[in-house]
Amino acid sequence: MFLRDTWLIFRRDMILSLRNPAWIGIGLMQPVLYLFFFGPLLERITESTPGFPPGTAWQILTPALIIQIALFGSSFVGFGLLADLRTGVVERLRVTPASRLALLLGRVLRDALQTIAQAVIILVMAFTIFDLRASAGAIALTLVIVGLMSVTLASCSYALALRLKNEEAFPAILNTVLMPVLLLSGIFIPITQGLAPAWLYELSRWNPFTHVVDIERASFRGDFTTDALLTGSLVLFAMTALALFWGVRTFQRENA
Amino acid sequence: MITARGLARTFTARGRSVEAVRGVDLDVAAGELVGFLGPNGAGKTTTLRMLTTLIRPTAGTATVAGHDLAGDPLGVRRGIGYVAQGAGATPNAKVGEEMELQGRLYGLGKAEARRRGVELGERLDLSGLSDRLVKTLSGGQRRRLDIALGLVHDPKLVFLDEPTAALDPQSRANLWEHIRALRDTHGTTVFLTTHYLDEADALCDRILVIDHGRIVAEGTPAALKAQVSGDLVAVSVVADDVPRAAEIARRVPQATEVSTEGDAVRFRVPRGDQALAELLRGLDAAGIATTSLQVHSPTLDDVFLTLTGRSLRDADQTEAEHVPA
Ligand SMILES: Nc1ncnc2c1ncn2[C@@H]1O[C@H](COP(=O)(O)OP(=O)(O)OP(=O)(O)O)[C@@H](O)[C@H]1O
Ligand SMILES: [Mg+2]
Repeated sequence: MFLRDTWLIFRRDMILSLRNPAWIGIGLMQPVLYLFFFGPLLERITESTPGFPPGTAWQILTPALIIQIALFGSSFVGFGLLADLRTGVVERLRVTPASRLALLLGRVLRDALQTIAQAVIILVMAFTIFDLRASAGAIALTLVIVGLMSVTLASCSYALALRLKNEEAFPAILNTVLMPVLLLSGIFIPITQGLAPAWLYELSRWNPFTHVVDIERASFRGDFTTDALLTGSLVLFAMTALALFWGVRTFQRENA
Repeated sequence: MITARGLARTFTARGRSVEAVRGVDLDVAAGELVGFLGPNGAGKTTTLRMLTTLIRPTAGTATVAGHDLAGDPLGVRRGIGYVAQGAGATPNAKVGEEMELQGRLYGLGKAEARRRGVELGERLDLSGLSDRLVKTLSGGQRRRLDIALGLVHDPKLVFLDEPTAALDPQSRANLWEHIRALRDTHGTTVFLTTHYLDEADALCDRILVIDHGRIVAEGTPAALKAQVSGDLVAVSVVADDVPRAAEIARRVPQATEVSTEGDAVRFRVPRGDQALAELLRGLDAAGIATTSLQVHSPTLDDVFLTLTGRSLRDADQTEAEHVPA
């Protein structure tokens, strides 16, 4: 029953997404621009700057762009829920016997799949047009990471939207949170001990997404040791679990 | 079908609390078409959302479609259909997709959900629209789709929240037919809210009048109107004759509430038709010519006025501050 409901909601949202595929393209616009107009710059900088982590410019930038896709693509999905609240769709679905968990998960899975699809496009471009080299294992791991990140952020986004029920406060809060998170995760210029002042480095370590970016970069340069992967994986699993818990609680709470 | 006792709901928003519903008792029998009449902000939607498991009552108990509201919300959901105020369909979805999804969420198989969609489409004049996007439908079509979505699982009880609000007169009349058919041909129990008097009057077997979260009157439209003391007679004369005409009106047996406004004189009498002869004789004898003459039977608005001291229409305007849920 629960799986069936999840599938039904997932399918509904997927059909709606595919009806306006332009949005998927618009979501890709930024990372593609970075790939073309920022990536080539990074090539020289990585070679000549001491303190940069090991790996080529593309091994540093591509994982970052993929994280960026997940971060921005999944954080704003709550807007769709707000629209559905406004048009009464949420209430309509909630008076049906459908599982509350399915009403959340169906959406979240659609978002995750969409983000993974965008990540694949960026990877293909980085491989074919630019000079990215990475193992199949790294690619597989990346897609898993992106999927989990998307689940995390989408759950939080829906929970936040449902709690705020306000189309102005929602993006305001998101932007306030996302900008520092993005910068502090060392997405474009890695925040290493060699490059950053000590306080900035310390601060960046408190940002859970820094650790996620770290494991992505490690896997891209072929470093699959426990040392490189353990912290980030634990952080990611913990975030996903917490986010899902929050989302489910919110979806069940707003209801008799 | 519905039994509710002491149903109440208080909202707290930014430190301010609103007692939206304050202890509502309801009994709706199977097969009834009951109207919930009240001005904006009276608590109609809030009551419906409680009865349909969408929000928890702060107090009170209810049994809906044979299931306890608090103990078995899932049972309640399976047994009822709910058509919210406003809308419920996704603008960018196709009509057919929405119907199928709704049916399947109620547990129907794919083929069955489709078949049901087609059947309801025919019943509610939506045939041939299944490939259209919801946002391209007309207001009336959209409202009928909302209703169809609430009926996919053939519930024994449906709640319709302001089904005809914002529709043109023709679509309203058309929707009334469908709502009547719902009860008359399909035996569905219908509980609807409205703030249109004519709608409650034309459609419902029984009316509950709600104001400020409390039920202030209950009965058949006729019984409610009988509570108001008599018919309203309005006679217009040449402006100079108004004072004399008012004097004559006062002398009509059992006339009450005599008032003048512009060139019109109004009063209430138990039987308007009988008073008319008396009035005309008096005016004739005084040589006063009438320019128009009207007798109004009491309306639900009069009922509301008698009960609350306010007109239903005034109440609508003064309580414009309304937070949509
Ligand atoms: N979610 C909410 N939060 C705070 N107050 C609310 C909420 N929902 C309703 N109210 C308040 O409760 C009262 C009753 O609202 P309700 O929507 O039940 O009225 P209604 O009778 O349906 O009115 P209308 O005819 O305008 O639809 C109103 O004062 C309204 O502002
Ligand atoms: Mg309402």
